[in-house]
Amino acid sequence: MKKSTVIHGMLAEFDSEDQVLEAAHRVHEAGYVQVEAYSPMPIHGLSEALGQQKTKVPVATFWCGLLGATLGFGVPWYANVISYRWNIGGRPPNSWPAFIPITFEMMVLGASFGAVLGMLGMNGLPQPYHPVFNAPQFVRASKDRFFICIEAKDPKYDTAQTRQFLEELKPLSIAEVPE
Amino acid sequence: MSQAPTATPPLETTLVIQPGHTYASVTDKISDVVLTRRFGIHWLAAVSLAGMMVGLLGLGVTYLFARGVGIWGVDIPVAWGFAIVNFVWWIGIGHAGTFISAMLLLMRQDWRTSINRFAEAMTLFAVACAGMFPLLHLGRPWKFYYLFPYPNTMYLWPQFRSALIWDVFAVSTYFTVSLIFWYIGLVPDFATLRDQAKNKLVARIYGVFSLGWRGAATHWRRYQSAYLLLGGLAAPLVVSVHSVVSMDFAEAQLPGWHTTIFPPYFVAGAIFSGFAMVLSLAIPMRVFFRLQDMITIRHIDNCAKLLLVTGLIVAYGYSLEAFMSWYSGDIHDMYMSTNRAFGPYAWSYWLIIFCNVITPQFLWFRQIRQNVPLMFLISLIIQIGMWGERFVIVITSLHRDFMPSSWGMYHPTSWDWLILMGTIGFFLFCFLLFCRFIPVISISEMRELVHSTGHGEHPPDTFEPAFAD
Repeated sequence: MKKSTVIHGMLAEFDSEDQVLEAAHRVHEAGYVQVEAYSPMPIHGLSEALGQQKTKVPVATFWCGLLGATLGFGVPWYANVISYRWNIGGRPPNSWPAFIPITFEMMVLGASFGAVLGMLGMNGLPQPYHPVFNAPQFVRASKDRFFICIEAKDPKYDTAQTRQFLEELKPLSIAEVPE
Repeated sequence: MSQAPTATPPLETTLVIQPGHTYASVTDKISDVVLTRRFGIHWLAAVSLAGMMVGLLGLGVTYLFARGVGIWGVDIPVAWGFAIVNFVWWIGIGHAGTFISAMLLLMRQDWRTSINRFAEAMTLFAVACAGMFPLLHLGRPWKFYYLFPYPNTMYLWPQFRSALIWDVFAVSTYFTVSLIFWYIGLVPDFATLRDQAKNKLVARIYGVFSLGWRGAATHWRRYQSAYLLLGGLAAPLVVSVHSVVSMDFAEAQLPGWHTTIFPPYFVAGAIFSGFAMVLSLAIPMRVFFRLQDMITIRHIDNCAKLLLVTGLIVAYGYSLEAFMSWYSGDIHDMYMSTNRAFGPYAWSYWLIIFCNVITPQFLWFRQIRQNVPLMFLISLIIQIGMWGERFVIVITSLHRDFMPSSWGMYHPTSWDWLILMGTIGFFLFCFLLFCRFIPVISISEMRELVHSTGHGEHPPDTFEPAFAD
């Protein structure tokens, strides 16, 4: 890790999900906006405590599902009604009930890609480098420790004051994370 | 285990995870299986044996491509032989994985947590085995892409009104959705392995697969939203796939195939065989990796109950098939039922009655459901039975249809058996590699389970109180 003078933010480490949840509420109340919490498993209410926006993953899922369904119905319809219209035993060219299974499957496929790629895209993943990994204690963020990082780009960020504020939350450790 | 049914069973059988586990201990226990455990001679021997069976599969497929499907026992009238039997069997086995990961997720069944990862892996490998057979069964497998609606110079389209083409879409969607569902579940665990690994190269490799996951609260929120949506999408998919497979049969006018009960009966049969495979894999695995405190007796008991329920639906399907053929008054349909039970393939019919109807009745008894070696045996019997069921459906229906002059017998060749054994080897080979390199239990979900069972916010999850009052 190369030494850098640019600071990403101030990272506080906590022992339990209750503490981190409490701390998240306090940080939000104190008026910090550029804050992120890190945990080894999803914690109900943590994102809300930090005042983060509602997720738009369902929107992406819906539109991709609709696109899939349109293709799943549109291609058989185009093939049988426009491209290769053929009378087999008097069946109507647009025999739509027969196209429904493929429509359904393509809807599920489209919506699944929408959910997964939407989630990854909005999260900015894959992301090979992130400054928060520079903190040596962060290795336990994927095991049994909980973190709150007040980022340096926050308008209220001040090295001394932010550290003092975080100390009041009784974390296990506090560290300034280089960019 | 000689208590009265109302007595509280020993603690061990009621919990989905043994008490005393913390976030760190579940993390260490599961990740150590992959990162630090020495796998040694047993695993190596098993993987070599499975690898040799994969070699046999390669041999069989090569000879098949060189000589054509004539090396199999298929002929007129039985043109759908082992290939289709094996296809339906494998894809049915795959169903339990998605059922556990999607249906049980939506129903908030917390006991799914420690078995969903390997059940999903099982689904993927089973569907991969299944997917081989329709392709191998094509006369000219190198033209498989004709199945897809691509713009071509012949100005031709697939027959979109045929269940066979629905099947192409259903199975390929099923595989794709199962794969991404599984992978998305793995991303936080890959991040854990990246951080836990001592070896730099290992950490780097898991790091690539973890996509740089860092557990941010924003990310978790979108992640949970996406995961729940995937569960909601995969749940109807489970039902649709085997329904479409059953329509491959039901759409034909052949006695024994042309029935409306096929879709629900196939779906129940699929989940039945799938849970049998879950038990056949879980029972040796929990002993081998010493995961008895996470895959508990309660998991085995619950799987056994699902086996009983789906087994009863299958039994209902058998009886209704027989009833409807009598009730139809149709001479061909009635003959089909008599021929199944008393014709030249009667042995296969009574085999499936024994395996799929009589054997599951033992699961009414808790002593049997909680007897681990016995459950392993029952799970194997059920899988043989479910393979037999597809044999009965495909072979006995085809070999004697409307015209006695076109009746015939089906004799599988050694190549048929070789390729079936080869896919079993392929399945085991994939599964053994999976156990070695990927955490067999979802670590992040186990942490959630520790959270919800260990902190006194909810009472420890037991399944007794519901029956007690």
